[in-house]
Amino acid sequence: MTNPPLGNSANSGNPLLEVRDLQVAYGGIHAIKGIDLHIERGELVALIGSNGAGKTTTLKTLAGLLHPAGGKIKYDGKSLHDIAAHQRVPMGIALVPEGRGVFARLTVVENLLMGAYSRNDQHEIAVDLARMYTLFPRLAERKDQLAGTLSGGEQQMVAMARALMSRPALLMLDEPSMGLAPLMVKKIFETILNIAEQGMSILLVEQNARLALQVAHRGYVMESGLITLSGASGELLGSDAVQRAYLGG
Amino acid sequence: MEIFLQQIINGLVQGSVYALVALGYTMVYGILGLINFAHGEVVMVGAMLALSALTALLGWGVPPLLAVLFSLILAMAGCMALGYGIERIAYRPLRHAPRLAPLITAIGISIVLQNLAMMVWGRQYHAFPQLIANHPHLIGGAIINDIQIIIFIMALAIMAGLMVVVHRTRLGRAMRAVAENQHAAQLMGVDINRVISLTFMLGSALAAIAGIMVSANYGLAHYYMGFLLGLKAFTAAVLGGIGNLRGAMLGGLLLGLIESLGAGYIGDLTGGFLGSNYQDVFAFFVLIAVLVFRPSGLLGERLAERA
Repeated sequence: MTNPPLGNSANSGNPLLEVRDLQVAYGGIHAIKGIDLHIERGELVALIGSNGAGKTTTLKTLAGLLHPAGGKIKYDGKSLHDIAAHQRVPMGIALVPEGRGVFARLTVVENLLMGAYSRNDQHEIAVDLARMYTLFPRLAERKDQLAGTLSGGEQQMVAMARALMSRPALLMLDEPSMGLAPLMVKKIFETILNIAEQGMSILLVEQNARLALQVAHRGYVMESGLITLSGASGELLGSDAVQRAYLGG
Repeated sequence: MEIFLQQIINGLVQGSVYALVALGYTMVYGILGLINFAHGEVVMVGAMLALSALTALLGWGVPPLLAVLFSLILAMAGCMALGYGIERIAYRPLRHAPRLAPLITAIGISIVLQNLAMMVWGRQYHAFPQLIANHPHLIGGAIINDIQIIIFIMALAIMAGLMVVVHRTRLGRAMRAVAENQHAAQLMGVDINRVISLTFMLGSALAAIAGIMVSANYGLAHYYMGFLLGLKAFTAAVLGGIGNLRGAMLGGLLLGLIESLGAGYIGDLTGGFLGSNYQDVFAFFVLIAVLVFRPSGLLGERLAERA
């Protein structure tokens, strides 16, 4: 790869993302009950746990779609407290939501251009568009097709490419393997590794714990709104508790 | 045959005005799932603002073309401000309220605007200044006059322009994205409040133009003119498939034709029992028929489940 890194990696001493005692409540449910986590620059971190543990809620809160009931989120040293979701995108935060959220009635290329909505460097946008077609050749073939007509795997590619079009520093992925055929899961995870190797910081939420921990540097295990375990991926993969609960060991 | 051709001409001209107003309903519905029943009053305010501006300017001896241009700009600007204000004050606080609340608010806003207009402009019909020497032209025995030609061509040009904005610009892309998935649009960095405001303003600018067209065509303006026109344009939007821009245009033109042909032949069809004064019945007959037999409208893809 001779390309420059996909992310904009401003360097400083503190972690890229730092979460302290985060609490989130909605619809009367205390979904997140005070969690701490951090992501260093260039790290691929997995957040695993069973259904309803609060993983998606955590990502939505980090993206600004939900508002915390308490605690602090610091991104690149700045508090995200009063920053709306749409203002976090130009700061370098991107979320590929659960269920992908592609715009079905927009074409593939229009979806990708939506990803670059907060940018106005027309020339660079065109360069990035070309890079996305290199990263996902399938999308180049289908660029003028409505995104709703694509297969699940292709839609996942659209969602990922669209997020990358914002040139994020922190890419958050919510269940990228959900509902995909094994071959497509492999392809998507290869791409995630590829992006990570280019230096982007990634927070990966997955139900497929083994797969997630195989690619990640570190991992957090979430259970009923709390982080119950954390450590290097190798340690988590070897731990009895994780084996029993999530790896079917 | 002359009658038929005449009704076609009248129907297309009136229908193109319906289409412009229907676009306002359908854009707002597409993006918010809300039927903005105050939209007809925005049309009325546009006509009234233009009326006041024209009367004043012509009175001061401003050349007619300049007066028309200025009045048009003023009416559009006024209506855009009004559309922005309506959304900001009446609908945004209710964005997450049950569907019925904004609907009732819309009707409330409509009544408020009617009454305000009545206080400002009075209850009487105003003669709308004749803008140009209105030459009639004879086509195959039917008459079409200059104003009708201008209305029809202008409406088509505006609709084409709107399609370009919606399908070829960054704003249009953002509007379609917000209409489809507000959360995902936010994740792209779209300020959805801004896009919603701009949608209301765009629809209101079209309403202002439509208001001036109606008044110029009939030579009249009245504080109550927005009510029936609004309902008919809403019918046109439903006929075409509410939320669908092409549907609104098609629905508008079709409704204009149905109404006009219906009015032209109702006397013959009922043996003189009903006359052309029953014209308004057709629009609502169409509304009922569409809601019963094809609630998604002619071009609607999905049922209007949120209406």
